[in-house]
Amino acid sequence: MDSVAEIEATAEKLTQAVGMDEDESFRVVMAVREAAVNAVLHGNSYDPTKQISASFENTGKSLVITIADQGEGLDPDKIPDPLAPENLLRGTGRGIFLIRSFMDEVHFRQMHPGTELTLIKNLQPAAGTSADV
Amino acid sequence: MALTIATRELDGVTILDLSGRITLGEGAVQLREAIRELISKGVKNILVGLGEVNYIDSSGLGELVSSFTTAKNQGADLKLLNLTKKVQDVLQVTKLYTVFDIFDDEASAIASFK
Repeated sequence: MDSVAEIEATAEKLTQAVGMDEDESFRVVMAVREAAVNAVLHGNSYDPTKQISASFENTGKSLVITIADQGEGLDPDKIPDPLAPENLLRGTGRGIFLIRSFMDEVHFRQMHPGTELTLIKNLQPAAGTSADV
Repeated sequence: MALTIATRELDGVTILDLSGRITLGEGAVQLREAIRELISKGVKNILVGLGEVNYIDSSGLGELVSSFTTAKNQGADLKLLNLTKKVQDVLQVTKLYTVFDIFDDEASAIASFK
């Protein structure tokens, strides 16, 4: 879990560096933490011999965070919908839903072995500027 | 910041005042154990104060839901008090806001158990 804390802290610094407001920063950091926890817990099955990796990029238009594990891979389409009435009281299964809710784009790539998750948050233009004239 | 839990009783309601983070590896297990202990002692009215909880992840949500379900199955009531905006947002996005009875003031929360 030390790696999760480190990834979370890096994400927080990144959102602060681009001047993201507190609420938005919280959502991005939460999504990143969920992805990191998933990588450790479900991806690597808590195996200490396996690692997770994370990269952070500010493209100017968006923040791109990539997290990868060395596990057996997962099919995101097979994850039950946590909002479905029959799943609402489940104790687990909300991580990927939260990631998708809080980020603008989420991409899964099967690495064989492992899964790579790319999270993208579009940055708002600065106040007083306009994209189009 | 780890989770701290302070317990008090008022008008037949046991109040857990939580402070810190409810996350995997930190507060989620503490929360589970605190509520299970209350239920094992036969406590029927549990109010979880979240006014000082600044972060909850999916594991923390899972523990809240599991605790709610366990309480219900044991004939107890578990309600929430003083959600911070961040925690409220997360509960709303996950539709868990519709599952719990949630209160903004303690007096109303206590009265609701009667």
